[in-house]
This record gives sequence, structure tokens and C-alpha cells, in this order.
Amino acid sequence: MSKYLVNLSVNDIPVSVPEGTTILAAAKKLDFKIPTLCYHEDLCVAGNCRVCVVEQVGARALVAACATPVSEGMQIHTNSATVRTARKTIIELLLSEHNADCTKCYKNGNCELQSLAHEYRVGEHVFIDLVNGKHRVIDDLSPSIIKDDSKCIRCQRCVRTCDELQGVSALTVAYKGDLQKISTFLGHPLAEVVCTNCGQCVNRCPVGALVEKTYVEEVWNAINNPNKHVVVQTAPAVRVAIGEELGYNPGERLTGKMVTALKRLGFDSVLDTDFTADLTILEEGTELLTRLKRALVDKDTRVALPMTTSCSPGWIKFIEHTFPEFLPNVSTCKSPQQMFGALAKTYYAQKKGLKAQDICVVSIMPCTAKKYEANRPEMRSSGYKDVDFVLTTRELGMMIKQAGINFHNLEDSQYDSFMGESTGAGVIFGVTGGVMEAALRTVYEVVTGREVPFKNLDILPVRGMEGVREAKVKIEGCLPEWKFLDGIEVSCAVAHGLANARKLMQAVKDGSAHYHFIEIMACPGGCLGGGGQPIPTNEEIRAKRATAIYREDEGLPLRKSHENPEVKMIYEEYLGAPNSNKSHALLHTHYLARRRY
Amino acid sequence: MENSRPKRVDIIFLMEGIDPIKVVETTIKKSPDDIILEMIDSGLKGRGGAGFPTGLKWKFTRNEESYDKYVICNADEGEPGTFKDREILDRVPEKVFAGIAICGYTIGAREGLIYLRGEYNFLLPTLNEKLILFNEGLKKIGLDFSIQMRSGSGAYICGEESALFESMEGKRGEPRNKPPFPTVAGYLGKPTVINNVETLVYAFMIARIGSEKFKEMGTKDSRGSKVFSISGDTPKAGISELELGMTVQQFVDEFGDGDTKAVQVGGASGGCVPRKMFQETIIGYEGIPTGGSMMLFNSSRSMYNVLHDYLEFFTEESCGQCTPCRVGCQQLLKGIEAIKRGDKSPGYLEDLKKLAKTMKVAAKCGLGQSVANPFVSIVSNFKEEIIY
Amino acid sequence: MADVQQIINDVTKVYGKERKALMPILQAVVKIKNYLDDQDLISISKALDLSAAEVFGTASFYTFLDIVPRGKNVIRVCKTISCHMAGKDEIIHAIENTLNVKTGETSVDKKFTLLSTNCLGWCHKGPVMLINDKVFPELTAAKAIEILQNYQEEE
Repeated sequence: MSKYLVNLSVNDIPVSVPEGTTILAAAKKLDFKIPTLCYHEDLCVAGNCRVCVVEQVGARALVAACATPVSEGMQIHTNSATVRTARKTIIELLLSEHNADCTKCYKNGNCELQSLAHEYRVGEHVFIDLVNGKHRVIDDLSPSIIKDDSKCIRCQRCVRTCDELQGVSALTVAYKGDLQKISTFLGHPLAEVVCTNCGQCVNRCPVGALVEKTYVEEVWNAINNPNKHVVVQTAPAVRVAIGEELGYNPGERLTGKMVTALKRLGFDSVLDTDFTADLTILEEGTELLTRLKRALVDKDTRVALPMTTSCSPGWIKFIEHTFPEFLPNVSTCKSPQQMFGALAKTYYAQKKGLKAQDICVVSIMPCTAKKYEANRPEMRSSGYKDVDFVLTTRELGMMIKQAGINFHNLEDSQYDSFMGESTGAGVIFGVTGGVMEAALRTVYEVVTGREVPFKNLDILPVRGMEGVREAKVKIEGCLPEWKFLDGIEVSCAVAHGLANARKLMQAVKDGSAHYHFIEIMACPGGCLGGGGQPIPTNEEIRAKRATAIYREDEGLPLRKSHENPEVKMIYEEYLGAPNSNKSHALLHTHYLARRRY
Repeated sequence: MENSRPKRVDIIFLMEGIDPIKVVETTIKKSPDDIILEMIDSGLKGRGGAGFPTGLKWKFTRNEESYDKYVICNADEGEPGTFKDREILDRVPEKVFAGIAICGYTIGAREGLIYLRGEYNFLLPTLNEKLILFNEGLKKIGLDFSIQMRSGSGAYICGEESALFESMEGKRGEPRNKPPFPTVAGYLGKPTVINNVETLVYAFMIARIGSEKFKEMGTKDSRGSKVFSISGDTPKAGISELELGMTVQQFVDEFGDGDTKAVQVGGASGGCVPRKMFQETIIGYEGIPTGGSMMLFNSSRSMYNVLHDYLEFFTEESCGQCTPCRVGCQQLLKGIEAIKRGDKSPGYLEDLKKLAKTMKVAAKCGLGQSVANPFVSIVSNFKEEIIY
Repeated sequence: MADVQQIINDVTKVYGKERKALMPILQAVVKIKNYLDDQDLISISKALDLSAAEVFGTASFYTFLDIVPRGKNVIRVCKTISCHMAGKDEIIHAIENTLNVKTGETSVDKKFTLLSTNCLGWCHKGPVMLINDKVFPELTAAKAIEILQNYQEEE
């Protein structure tokens, strides 16, 4: 931003802001809130909802505060008679084309249009209802996302999200005039296009036009079914965000309270996806080392390198559509959620003396794509659907509220055992760069016998919110069996947000970038910014969640996956060794090339 | 011109003795600054309807530092009632080309583009042929500039300059936020002059005969002459080039069928002048500005039908991105239908007028803002026809 | 019928494989076959490295870039005010009866699609219609029928 200051006044109060600042930001500086709908901090400015119009003295028309940069001597009024009339009329217009059946809406109470209508006390039936006349189509074929056009207010946040942040462009604006709508390719269901189910659009939809498909009732039914042993697993990023659903500020670590709440909800066993995150590190680390050995020692030219991570189901679907030629490069490891599901219905069942068909596995995920992942036909290693139901962080919040639990007053409690133990390395799976950091902590030590050479185990080069980050780790002083790696500089890259993933993979594809190992998370900030996380989201909120995750890591006694005692135990008593036949049967998967439209 | 007849002028279509390339050759011997001064001095304002001073537009674009700049000729003539640009491009395309070339030289552009609406595709083969010759001509006189054709595909909104850029860039024709203005960031984000077909011909004419001759015509705020597209209930439908400054009464006296009850000035997005205001309304920037469309209605016409047609047009042709225009147009249309049917009380018309006024100040672009013009003027002056 | 891939190659040779080539490509395909089918949109999106949804979104914005099947000759009768006043309804009825279609439909032999459209810019000579790119002003019902017959016989 420019260093030149521009002087203006907002509601007669003078203010100086850097050149290029919008009227919206200048007003915010003076604590004047201008309502917005299409505006979102993560996205480019659209200026199309017009809710933020303000009066600029001397201008012929009102101007959109979100889209208009300040200029010297500008006099702005954010609450003049003209502004108020216009703003109210615009809200009324939006309501007239919006299916305003609020009490039955999934977003009831968490809808930006509803809040505005409330603030401005919009009257009844001001304009003619335009919704009834139109054919209403609800696309609920995706296991992750429901799209209801009758609620859409055409702010285009979803289209910009899908395009700018995710580089997927599954959504577009189609047609014009009164027929204009948000559509997929030819209006096909989301389930049949390039949609990755990442849910970033859901995170940004101001109304109920894009919401997650909920399975809360199914989970209640399972809990209430005396014949079911219901196991719940919680992903790393949930514990640092659930608070936002329950009245806490972003960045609160609430692991202990969350575990207590889950127990009170009636789950038979409250376990941790972090356990299988640690397990993933051993499987994936071994896979990486195997690939490196085949490439470097056996000179096998068919080995696919760089190897990429596979934890993020949004990323998996993205690469299946967009870069199918790179599918051999993707680690064959299932995501921690699916490893957990497969083990819950085999290893856990066996140890507990339960039948797989009597176990119901529920996941609490920061993610909507996990709902899709659990439904993939490959994810039935136990002979049953390995993970039965996936709930988002938001849905967990909903259950806690429905159960009447006073979350604030809960005591902390521990995860159940076994499959509840985790290390700091498992926790940081929830933040971009975390899988890379966890993998390096383990792989380096496996190969050299020494801890990774970073102070306090914090591998700072892979941390941060830069879209694409690179790091190089020189491997020296290898143990005898890893001698072939001596002197090698392992080249790593991390990307988050699929638009960045696309950039990175394009660079790999055209040969302008060379890596050994790549971590990709579909969502901005990694899982902590996932499509199932509390709304709203922005850079500041994601940064706070990230800080909380790193705190959680620091606070744990064990911070390296290979030191997780339960992980050691499962190899001893069940799996044998990483990448064993049994591991492959339960913990690894394969991918499918998909159409790119 | 008190009660005299509108003065016919013959500038635009006059070709006799004019060699456009020669005029370009002579003009580019002058400095760009001199040409700009001449344009500013002439008082020429954009002939597409918005009326921005042409000389200033050129000046702003010239002042921008950029290797790439563009001149774009807006031939996306979609305003109902307007057909002058088609006639101009059909009859004197070389004058348009020359206007573009002169502008290109002045602002320091090397590329000119003509965005022709898809409805006029039948003009394309001839225009392309003539452009080849013209571009060769420019090469011969040593001007590093060439012109190409681009087409629209049936979208009224693409006549809005920033929507037109979007369309040429391969996108949906949705108007952009302003600022930045085209003179700073237009086509492909580069400084761009975008002028209407007719404006470019007048610019060419001013380059040829000087600003003085042009200034002699018209009034202080509305210099020169203008090509009018005349249609509706008139025995003299067609194109007429007239000196600016006449009243609607003078116009009706000349072109009406003796029973004119209203004139829609400026097309669907313009204003409707009722008989009682013919005398006091000047056609031009001091009165009612226009892109040249004059549609006459006699007493056999229902103004409800007229308004209904306009609103249907805007409902379909709105790009749909901004709330006031997308939803507002539908509400106005359904609103007058509901009043007509008796589903809404006549009082609802006042709500709709308020809505139109909000659209005028809150819509994102000129289209949405101008829907209020026909709505308010027709509803205010022909209320009984709308209600009963 | 010309190969769409060929059209894409030809147009991108002139405009480059850039987004600004999109309109010329869409227009060139429509010029040849009167509409864009799903596969065309996909081929174009691949060629320009755009998402198929974006290509669809762009095409659907423009009235003339049809994405539903159209007949060999697309008739567009102007429905805007001057043509309305000059009697476009009569013209449309005459065409509907002659071709045995309703507005928006394509004749059984796939030779004609009848559409109504916004202002064609012939307000002084309405009613007017386009058949593909060709314009027919100052229509009467009889004249319109005669024009259609000439098209019928062309085969």
C-alpha cells in the first residue's frame, strides 16, 4: 500500500488513510460499520450487491464503499437519508428474490441477509415475491454440499472463492438479466463436475444457498441405538476452532472440554484422528524413503517423484480431475480419517471384542470433502463403510447446543485409549506445512538417528501463510542402511489453497520446479481453514487458529510421530511394520483419473 | 432557432472530395497536443449518450504512460430506437476508421478495435475488406497503427464501455467498478480511449475542417450537430443529421404525424417527453441529452405497453450482477403488471417510483441507473394509462 | 460440418491461446453449426485452459451464443418497441403457422428455429428479422412467408 496519506471525512469526522484504501476501510478505521454482503476479505472486490453504497458529496450517484478508493478531500456520509433508503430498498430487493423461509433454513441464525433484515427492520411483503414463480432446484446429490438456488442472492462470493482461492472454477455465473444464476457446467449436479467438495464456498456463502449436507440426525440415531458402539474421532483442527461455534474468540484451544462434551453427547469412545495422523507419518515417511531408495539406489526411472501428500480429500479430487498424470506421485496412504475408520472396524473391534457391523464410526472434521471421502467406494477396507458419518466442526457445535451442554463450564478430560494417544506431530496436521514438518521430524531421525536440526523441533521454513513455500533439508551422517541418502538435500514444497496447488503442480509439470516431497492442503491455511470450520473465516482468524495449533504441539510431551506409544503398539501387535502387507490392505488406497470438467 | 425548423446538416455522410487517408496524413503532421487542444476547443461530446468531452478523454489517455494503449470504437449500438451507427458504418466506414487512426496517433496507441454488435454481423465482410485497404493506407503514410474488427453476440449491456472490454477479453459482459476509468485501465487493463462510432466521425471532421466550423453549430453546452435515429409514429422514419439545440416541439413539428402525444428521447434508457413539455424541452445537454434516438408515439399508443416493452427489455438485458438492476427491473415490470391486474393498489406505483429512484443512485452502471428515466417520466406523465 | 477442433486451431492462431480468443472461437463455432454442444464447450475450455463452467458461463451470457440445439436457419424476429408497434406479432404468427413451430422451437426437419430477440437496430424499418446473419427489414406477413419459402427451396 502506498505511503501517501489521503485526507477525507466520514460522517464529518476527518481521517487520513493511505492512498488506495477503500471507503469501507476508512470508515472502519473510525469505527463506522458499513454493511456488506458481496464483500469478503479473502476475495477480490465485486461491488455488486450494492448494500454498502454510501454518499459521496458532489457525486451524481451513491458509490460502493467496498469498491471505491478514497480520494483527497472526499466527504462521505454512511447514514444519510438517501443512503438509508437505498440500503433498505436493496435489502428488500434481495429478500424478494430470496427464499426467506428463515425458520426452516439450515442457516437460520447464521445468515448475513437475515441479520441485515433484522438490523433494518424490513417490513413484510414490500415487493412482489419473485421466488415462487421460479422453478426451484435443490442440488443435494453431493455427499458434502447442498446448493439451493432459491436462497441465492447472487453475491458471487462462491464463484470468486472457487476461482481465485481454489483455482477450480466449478462454479460460474451463468445467463444474464432475470435468468442470471450461479451454476456449474451446464447446471450439472455438483457431484458430477470438477467440484472438490472443499466447502470453501460454504464458508463464504452469506446465506443458505450453499451449506454442508448434515448427518447430525443420523449420528443421534446411532448414539441412541443400543446395539451400536459409536466411536468418534476428532481431527486436529477441530479443537482450535470449535470454540467459535460456542461463543469463544478464535484461537482458543479447547481439546479437553471438547472431549468431555463428546462423552456427554453419548459417544461410546472418544478417540483422536491425531493417532492415525502419527500413523500416517510412519506409513508415508516409509513410502517416501522407499521411493527415494528405488530412485537413487535401484536407479528405477519409473519411480514417481516428487511424492505428494494425500491427507486432504479436496486435493485428491482436484488432482484426479486436473493433473491425473501425476496420480502415481500421490502417496498411497489413506488420509488419517480413513486409516482410523479402517482400524476402528478391524484392530479396535478385535481388541474390544466387537463385531465390525456393530461399530459406527463418526468423524468430526474441519472439512466437507471428508464427507465425500468417507463415501468413496475404495474406503471399505474393513468390509464395511469404514467411516459411517462425517460431521463438520459446525455440526458438532450444533449437537453440543442441541444437547443443552454448557460447554464453558465443562471440565477437561482425556481421550479414551487406545487410538486416542497422539503427539504434537499429529496435531500440526491441522495447519499448512504441518504434515511436512511432522514427516521431517520422523524421517530425519529414522535416517540419521538424530533429531531434526531445528531449534526446539520447530521447522520454521515450512511454517507460515505464504501460498507456496519451499524448504531444503540437508541429510548428513546417515545410519548405515540409509547411507545412500548421505549428502542429499531433500527438497520440499508446501502449498495450501488449491489455486496455489495448481501453480505448484504446473511448475512441477513444466519442469521449472524440482522437489522430492510436496505437501498440499486444499484449504487456505490447511485444515484449520477447512470448509467445515466455523463461519466467518479470514486471514486473521486462520492465523489465530494456527497459533493455537502450534501451542498445542509445544505443550505435548511427545512431538514426534514415531514416539507415539500406541503407534508402536499397533505395529507390534497388529500391523507388523510400516508398509507391510496388512498396512497396505488397510491403510493404503488408489486413485482415479477423472474428467476435467 | 425560435420556432424555426430543425436545421439539417450534411457532415457525417458527406464523402465527396474527402480522402480519409489524406486527412489522417495531414492531421498527423500536427502534434498530438495540438490535436487535443483542437478537440477540446470544439466542445465535442461523446455521441453515444453519456456526453463526456472527447478531447479530455483523449488527453487523459495520452497522459498515461504505457507501452500498450488502445482505441476502441464502440459499435455495439443496442439502444432500442437507435440505428445511426449501423448507417454510418454502412455508408462511410472509412471516416470512422480515420477517426480511430487520428485518435490512435494522438494518444500513442498502435492498435484500434471496432466492437460491432452481433446483430450487425452482415456488415462484417465489407468492413473487413475495407479495413485491409485502410490499414495498408496507414502503412503507406508511415503511421504505425492498424485497426481490427471484433464482434459482439447479442448483449445490450456490452455497449457499456467496461462491459465491452470484458466481452473483448473473453468474459461475460459485466460492467466493472469505476474507478479506474478506461483512460487509465481499459481493454486488457491498458489505457484506452473508447468512443462511439459517430463521435469518431465528428472527431475526424474536426481534424479536417477545424474546431471553429464545428463550434459554429449548436449551443454552448451542445456544440455541433448530431445524427438522429427517428422512428415510431412518423412519416419520416430514418436518419437525419440535425444541428443541436432545437426543442422537442420543433422536432415534432418537422417529424411528427400531427398526433404526437409523446417522444421518447434517448431510447429505452432515455426520458419520455409528453406533449405538454414539448415546447420547453431542449434536445441536448441543457435539456434532455440523447444518443440520437427519437421515438414518436401518437395517441393510438398505450404508454403502458411502451413502458412494459422497455421494462421487459431491461429485465432481459441487465447483466444481472448488481441487485438494484437485476431485481429492480423485475420488480418494476411485475409491479406495473400487478397494478394493471388489480393485484396491487394504484398506490404501489409510488413505491415503484421510489424503487426506480434508488436504482438511479445505487445501480453499478449506467444501464441500471437509467431505467429510472423511462419509468419515472412515463409513470409521472401517463399515470392513468399505467393504472387503468 | 467443419471440425470444431479445426476452428479452435484457426482462431487461436490469430488470437493466441488466451482468454481473449474465447469470443471469436465461440462465434466461429456458432457461425458454422448455429449452436454449441457440451462437447464443443469442453473442447474450447481445454484449448484455452479454462474451466468448462467458465466457458459455459460466458457463452450463456450472450443471446446469440446458443447452447441448445438450433436448426440450420435461426430466425430472430425483433420484439422491441418499434417492431412491436409495426406489427411483429403478425409476423411471428405467420412464421409459427408456416413452420408449425412456436417461438423458441425448432422445426421437425431441423431447418428452422424461431426466436424473438431484442432490438436489431432497424427501428425505422420494422418489423425486421434476422435469418442467421442476414437481415430482412420492412416485413409483412406475406413477405416473411415468401422469404421462408425461398429458404425451404434452397436445399
